[in-house]
Amino acid sequence: MITREDVEHISWLASIKIEEQEKDEFVEQFNSILDYFHQLDEVDTENVEPTYRVVDLENVFRDDVACKSLSQEESLRNAPRREEGYFKSPRIV
Amino acid sequence: MEDVIIGLEIHVQLNRLQSKMFCGCSTAYHNSPPNSHTCPVCLGLPGSLPVINRKAVEYGIKVGLALNCRIEEETLFYRKNYYYPDLPKGFQISQYDFPLATQGQIMILGDDGIERDIRINRAHMEEDPGRLVHAGTIDRAKYTMVDYNRCGMALLEIVTEPDLRSPKEARAFLDKLKSILEYLDVFDGSLEGAMRVDANISLKGGDRTEVKNISGFKGVEKALSYEITRQRNLKRRNIKVVQETRHFDEVRNITVSIRSKVEAHDYRYFPECDLAVMRIAPWVPAIREALPELPDAKRQRFVSQYGLTDDHAKSLTSEIKVANFYEFVAGQASPKLAAVWIADVLKGELNYRDRGIDAFRAEHMVEIVDLLEKGRITEDGAVAIIRELLDKGGSPQEIVKSKGLGKAEDETVRKAVKEAVAESAAAVADYKAGSERALNYIVGQVMKKTRGKADAGEVHRLVKEEVDRA
Repeated sequence: MITREDVEHISWLASIKIEEQEKDEFVEQFNSILDYFHQLDEVDTENVEPTYRVVDLENVFRDDVACKSLSQEESLRNAPRREEGYFKSPRIV
Repeated sequence: MEDVIIGLEIHVQLNRLQSKMFCGCSTAYHNSPPNSHTCPVCLGLPGSLPVINRKAVEYGIKVGLALNCRIEEETLFYRKNYYYPDLPKGFQISQYDFPLATQGQIMILGDDGIERDIRINRAHMEEDPGRLVHAGTIDRAKYTMVDYNRCGMALLEIVTEPDLRSPKEARAFLDKLKSILEYLDVFDGSLEGAMRVDANISLKGGDRTEVKNISGFKGVEKALSYEITRQRNLKRRNIKVVQETRHFDEVRNITVSIRSKVEAHDYRYFPECDLAVMRIAPWVPAIREALPELPDAKRQRFVSQYGLTDDHAKSLTSEIKVANFYEFVAGQASPKLAAVWIADVLKGELNYRDRGIDAFRAEHMVEIVDLLEKGRITEDGAVAIIRELLDKGGSPQEIVKSKGLGKAEDETVRKAVKEAVAESAAAVADYKAGSERALNYIVGQVMKKTRGKADAGEVHRLVKEEVDRA
């Protein structure tokens, strides 16, 4: 069961601010999503190997070769705030 | 410090690679403008896909084997989710269960003078976050500036068991680890931020604190010493140590609490679905085969092959560059003499000047050891030559000539001996009357005539010969 506190915690972890009235809405939605997945619990997995991945690929690598990067201007193009070539972010602690 | 318990988490940049862990951005970003070594992958732009650098995994296996770890048959990446501006994606690609290497150990010299193994819990691969520049100190900054040049660099996190008992032992461990990494040629410790350490520390029976992001080995010793004192003071006043994360402030030399809610460590790890699993067991035999001789083995070989003392062998093998320098010299001049002059003199002179072995040419050391062995220069002369080479340059031969450091030629010495004996009738008489010590006066006269360039032992022999003959 997802509670109001869980929703608040998840919102904090995701750094997404939600309004008071939205919280109850999310409690309901999160629970309905979880219920949907709980249907899986009904499947008998007694003799089934656990699946860690759905794609059957393994050992996909690239060679250690350096190639051209974006320019500083390109890299900062989407930054809402910048200063002296840096991305600028609010203080963090 | 019987009651001190320290475990380390060491972040090592595999900075001998050409490109980052999951993209082709160059690793040569030092001294470059901020955000000039980035691409859609390491900036975490939508739609970009990471691809694993094969060599980074090979380097990781190399390190794992050198730390005597077990290499997992199959290893995979996870997403470690947290929002922090040093990671633009909102998660760090890291490892969780099935890390690359587990259960190793390396030997250090303990505070009690006895060598013992420090256990390695695991070594796992991850991507380096970006670099944050705080406007002011971390706890008072108004805002933060971010440089993603470092973001995505291949990182190996090496986690020890809590086997260390003092800041000094922590330092010894880090020195040994750095030595091994440089032997493996996967790591250049001279680059800024190449090795960063988090330390877990507690006093027996108390809760532990984690001191984060200490750079520099001196920083580790200082941060740990400060933290031990802080915890001891709390204990003395009967205050419980709070389990928390602290940040080492290099400027103020203290640790400060960073009360972040991520304390909860709610990282919600799940497998990185954009990267395929790595089955690496088949790589291991060839990598093991190609491992270079490591510090401990080289030290033992130096003792047996060149007849060195264990102290000299240890001093000459802690840095791979010094070891190679020594072997070059020992191949062309007296190995024992070379060991003494490199370990006891040259290293000290380099340390004093804060310079590395690269600052001195091995060919010059061969010449100096050769001149010493042939008795052509005195020990004081050799020290003067080494200093002159470091401070002004030139060649040993030139310095010997220009500074008049050569021992007096045989002829000059013989002439001086004859003269001195002829001029010291009283001393000769005393000697003949049975006073061995009377010879010292004559030797002194010879040294004066040759302005100290003659070898005193040799002069003593020549004087005795001359007097006995007379």
